This record gives sequence, structure tokens and C-alpha cells, in this order.
Amino acid sequence: MAVSSAPGSNLPGTMTSAAWAVAGSLIAGAVLSIIIAAKAADAPMAAHAWLFAFAFLAGVMMLGQRHINATQGHAADDGTGYNDGVVKAGAIATLFWGVAGFLVGVVIAFQLAFPVLNFDTEFLNFGRLRPLHTSAVIFAFGGNALIATSFYVVQRTSRARLAGDVAPWFVFWGYQLFIVVAATGYLMGVTQSREYAEPEWYADIWLTIVWVVYLLVFLGTLAKRKEPHIYVANWFYLAFIVTIAMLHIGNNLAIPETLTSSKSYALFPGVQDALIQWWYGHNAVGFFLTAGFLGMMYYFIPKRAERPVYSYRLSIVHFWSLIFIYIWAGPHHLHFTALPDWAQTLGMTFSIMLWMPSWGGMINGLMTLSGAWDKLRTDPVIRMLVVSVAFYGMSTFEGPVMSVKAVNSLSHYTDWTIGHVHSGALGWVGFVSFGAVYCLIPWLWKRERLYSLALVSWHFWIATIGIVLYITSMWVSGILQGLMWRAYDAQGFLEYSFAETVEAMHPFYVIRALGGVLFLAGALIMVYNCWMTIKGRVRESEPLPAPAPAAAPAGAMPQPAE
Amino acid sequence: MAKKFTHEKIEKNSILLLVLTLIVVAIGGLVEIVPTFLIKSTIEDVKGVRPYSPLELAGRNIYIREGCYTCHSQMIRSLRSEVERYGHYSLAAESKYDHPFQWGSKRTGPDLARVGGKYSDEWHRLHMEDPRSVVPESVMPGYPFLAKTPLDYRFAADGLKALAVAGVPYTAENFENAKADLEAQATPDADTEGLMARYPKAVARDFDGNPAMISELDALVAYLQMLGTLVDFNAYENADFKQ
Repeated sequence: MAVSSAPGSNLPGTMTSAAWAVAGSLIAGAVLSIIIAAKAADAPMAAHAWLFAFAFLAGVMMLGQRHINATQGHAADDGTGYNDGVVKAGAIATLFWGVAGFLVGVVIAFQLAFPVLNFDTEFLNFGRLRPLHTSAVIFAFGGNALIATSFYVVQRTSRARLAGDVAPWFVFWGYQLFIVVAATGYLMGVTQSREYAEPEWYADIWLTIVWVVYLLVFLGTLAKRKEPHIYVANWFYLAFIVTIAMLHIGNNLAIPETLTSSKSYALFPGVQDALIQWWYGHNAVGFFLTAGFLGMMYYFIPKRAERPVYSYRLSIVHFWSLIFIYIWAGPHHLHFTALPDWAQTLGMTFSIMLWMPSWGGMINGLMTLSGAWDKLRTDPVIRMLVVSVAFYGMSTFEGPVMSVKAVNSLSHYTDWTIGHVHSGALGWVGFVSFGAVYCLIPWLWKRERLYSLALVSWHFWIATIGIVLYITSMWVSGILQGLMWRAYDAQGFLEYSFAETVEAMHPFYVIRALGGVLFLAGALIMVYNCWMTIKGRVRESEPLPAPAPAAAPAGAMPQPAE
Repeated sequence: MAKKFTHEKIEKNSILLLVLTLIVVAIGGLVEIVPTFLIKSTIEDVKGVRPYSPLELAGRNIYIREGCYTCHSQMIRSLRSEVERYGHYSLAAESKYDHPFQWGSKRTGPDLARVGGKYSDEWHRLHMEDPRSVVPESVMPGYPFLAKTPLDYRFAADGLKALAVAGVPYTAENFENAKADLEAQATPDADTEGLMARYPKAVARDFDGNPAMISELDALVAYLQMLGTLVDFNAYENADFKQ
């Protein structure tokens, strides 16, 4: 990590020995990429190798530019205090990828309602766009929100500057490179077909490198902390980072066809491969979309409500029980399949147990509002954060219900699963991220408040109606299709052909797509609001009598109530 | 360990927190995953399952490339309505050479675990060209480009080699004949003796109706037409699958 300065160049932002090492590695990486590009076995590999080469060279140029700026006295920051530049970049990336991911979601929702929208092309058919949507919302939108907020929170709650000088920026740009490689790969048909882990072997190796640096930056910052205690939000962020590393490596073990081919074959076969994939898949939900965002909840809700976390003891129980139990839940994705029955039952049992720690976390989040419930009325950002926790509670109740084998026999393979995922993804992950970004933008850019709280309210209501349309239409279509698949006529024959069940889905697919449009519209309002806030504008005709939430004073932080 | 252990110790030591977290999150996965490699009965002992032929494997790779798994499962659950709709429930043994597995998680379209032989090649050709020409209710995208794209099988042997590293019983004989086997399976009236010896029950014909070219559609249809056809369930009693 580039914490120490090389002798003779004490100016912040100038080339340190660590920065030189990074530059050297990037050049070596660029040379390797160009060699692979020249020998590539297939066109996608050639395209991606060139992309890596250009990105690495751009990284070297950014280091050089940074050095020149610093020697001329134009360093981006003075190297002391908090490193908020990378947090700002992460907040903007969150907004950008959010809109992109929601937009692709709307497109594929309409494709399912009106298949002509596939245009029968290679690059834009549903099969290739679907992983683009899931990766864009989970890893690009969610991932950037997690990186940005974790870098913000760990600094404030540790009262320490981010560890490393180049390293946090390496994490940010390295992660964006991973996103671009993954996304362009899907469009070119490069996929491992592992849900939520579709990127091929070389993208996985790159993400592993980025992720290890992320872990080191986070740990390094904790090591420098001036607070004796590690704040609870950081436990969740740390568990998210380290568990995702374990899952990512375990699930992506694969044999490349050759080192110049974009194609690989999973190391493990059939039933073991399926179990490992859903061990990963369910815990991408558990640790990426839950633990990480709980870290967000544990900082931004107390901070925004100006109340301490409800229960310190509950947060300890919540943390350890959640991370222990979640890992076991994967096999509930494989009920009644060729997975051994004992594994299915184990997965179901732990999924039901998981209800308790999930609701423990929900209670801890909601009850933090004790004594500040009036803010639900006056502050739409708090409303968004609180409703996100409510959606968390709802989907973590629905999940255990669906993991019961009897229920799962109906719900599995249907849209009910899709609806369940989206009540968590749109309601919980989406809203808690929106709330956090609405907090962060004025704090980071030192604005008195957001451009318009009324627009936050509009965003909240439009998106909420969108979510309700989405999940209710998917409940109906999922349960309807599940029932039609198992319906028997009076003679004891299956009543419906598969095609009839597809036809019955049409109206619900249209409603779902409209729900998606509303959610996207809300996000666009948010982007406008944040953009105007960054520009320093304040909307004059502000109808809400909200007191301006004070910018976070350095060092002041919510502490667990003891 | 100190006389009275408090959580404070963990909260004040980031490395301790990290190590304990890693231990706690590792347990569940180890307990569930490791036994599936060790317990023999996890994979049933049935005859007929063999590794994919080079053409079938190329078709499978196209199936993966186009994201077919996002809408089609290949896993018939052991439920009465599923067995009646799709056939015998899927056995673990039937995917023992699948790297990666293609069980899927969503049925926007029907299960394909036993689609082999259910429709004619002609039906598949029309269906890929324009799904709604044969199934008016379908919401599947059309894949007209498959019939027009020549299959790139320059590196057919490399795929088999990579799978052999992962444990699929391909040998040097399979590697050497990979290209020839692929061509023989997609060409009418070719000499298929070697192909059949290496890949029993393989079906060789011109799958896409265009004998002038081995297209991506040839490979995909060859793959679809063999799905679920390897195990002869008539040779077994139901009791044979009880563990």
C-alpha cells in the first residue's frame, strides 16, 4: 500500500515507491494483455485483451497526471484528513450504473411481454441481456454503493484516513474495469452460465486481485483507527468483503480451454457444481446484498435519525447468527432435484432459522428510530431508509416460507422467485442505497442540503408504486403458473400444455414492465436531484419544512448504545 | 483464554474479527459440500451416461453462450406432475460429466432435460428461425443467425482436453479424433464407426438441413436431440433408484 512516501518527494499525490510498483505492474499487465490479444483464440478474447491493455495504460497515464498535478501544487487533496475523492467517484458510479442496470431490466421485462423486442439479433437477445441486467444492478450499482459507503463509513467510524494512496483508486477503477469486461462479455456471449457469477475466468482473476486490495485497504484503515472499538457497521462490511472473496474463489474454479481462449469449463461436475453454485448464489444474496447493505443500515440510519443504534447486544447476536446461518441456506435452490435429500433438508432447516437473525437486524434498524419517528414525516430520506428496512423484513420472511419444500414445489422455477428477489433488490438494496446516496451527496460536496427534498419524496412514491406493481404481478403470475403446471383434469391428465401457461403470463409481464418503468423513472429523478445538489443549487420553492440535516462533522459518529 | 471472555476483545482486534468471521462462514459450506464428494450414493450407478461428443459439446457451448439456461431448466424434479410432463425425474448421474451443470433456476420455457428426440430436426430448425411459427404463444427470442454462422471448431480438441483436466474420461484418442468426429457427426453418410465406438448412441446426420456447411445450428440441434436419451429407463425398475 502506498502509505509511505519515497524520500525527496513528500508532496501528496506524487510518485511514491508503491506508486512506482503499481505503474510497473500495470505496464507488465498491458504487455501481457497485448501478447494475449495477438494470439487470441476467439474474437471476444481479443477484444477483452485489448480492453485490458488500454485500461492498464490509461492507469499509468492517470498516475503520471496525478504526479504532475501534485508537483505543480494542484493535488486533488492534501493527503491528510479523509480521502473523500474516491467516495465521490463511487457515489457517481452508483448513480450511473443504477440507471444503466434498471434500464436493461426494463428492456428485458418488455422482451418477455413482447418477444419481438429481441430483434432476433445475437447481441440483444434476452439470454445475453439477462446476465447484463443482474450483474449491472448487483455488482455495478450495488457494488459501487458498497465500495463508496464502506470507504466513507470506515474513515468516519475509525477517525482515520483511508489506508493507501493509490490503492483506494486502484480498487475503484479496477472494479469499473471488471464491470465493463463483464458487461461487454455478456453481449459477446462470454459467460460461465453460473448465475450472478457469469464472467469468465480472466475477469474472475482480475476481480480477485481488485478484491484483495479492497480487503487490504479496509483492514489497513481499521488498523489506523483512533477509536478503540470497531463500529458495528464495519463488522458487516468486513464480513461482506471476506466472505465474497471466499465464495468468488470457490465458485469460479475452472479450467480455461487455453490461456488465449475466453471459454472455460467448471472444475466440478453436475451435482457438486450445482451445490457449489447455489452455495455461492444464495450467499451473494446473503453477503453482497445483505451483510454489506446492513453495514450501510447500521451507519446511515442512526446518523440520519441522529439516534444511537437501538441495541448493542442485539447487533452482536444479529451479526454472528446471520453470518453463520446464511451460508447453509444454498440448497433450498435445489429442492426435489438430484441433490441428495439430506442436503436439501439441511438447506431448508437453516433457511427457516435464518428468519430470526434477519428480523433481529430489521428490529435493530427500525427501533433506532425510537424517539425520532416524527422524522418519517419530515424527512423523505429517512422514510426511504426505514421503508428499505421494512422491505428487508418482508423479503426475509418470504424467503424462509419459500424455502419450505412444500411451498418450493410450487414456487420454484416460477416468477414468484423473481418477485421475491425484486422485493429484496428494489425495496431493500435499492432504497437503502438511495437513502445512503441522498445522505452522502450533500455531505461529500459540502452542501447545506439536497437540491430538493420534494423530489426525494416524488422518487420515493413513484419507486414504491413501481415495486408494488412488480412484486404483486409476479406473485400472481408465479403462483398461477405453478398451479397450472400441476393442475389435473377430471380424467387425471395434466390440464394445461406448457404453452398455455406461457400465454397466461402475458398481462402480468406487462404490469411488471410498467413497474420497472416507474422504478427507473424514480432513479432518473434522483440523478437530477443529485446533479443539481452537486452543482450547488437549492430549490427555492421547497414545500417541506425539513430542517437541514447537518453535514457530518468529522469525528462525530453514532456509537452503539451500551 | 481469559477468565471472562467479552465481545469487546473481538471488537478491538480487526484480525481476530476477520479470522473468526472466516471460520464462522466456512463451516456451513464445508459440512454441505464436502460429503457430496465423499458419499458414493450421491451419484447413482446407471449405464449409458457418456461424455459429450465434440459436436454435442460445441452445441452445449452455444446453449451456454446464448444464455438458454436463463429460461430453461434441465432438471426434472421428483414430483408427479413433472414426471408426467417431462419424463423420468433427473438423476445426478445424468449430469456427472456436465462442467458446468445446466439445471437452471427458471422455467420461462419448458424443461429440456429430456427434450432429445421429442421433436424433429425440422421442428428445431423452424423453432430457432422463428419460435412463434411453431409455438404461437412462445416468448422465446429467434435465433436465425445460428443457421447462417459456420461453427468454429478449430480448437475442438482443446475443449476436450480442458474437460479431461476436470476429470471427464476423455483420452488421447478423443483429442486426436475431435475434429474428424465432429465433422462425421454433422455430415450425412459419413464413416461414423470411430465416432460410435467413442460415443455410443451418438446420432449422426445433417441436423440443420444444409449439408453444405457445418453451422452453429447443427451443433445446437445435435446437443438438444441427445438430451436425456443416454439412460435407458426401461432397463430399470423404480426400486433400482432407491437408496
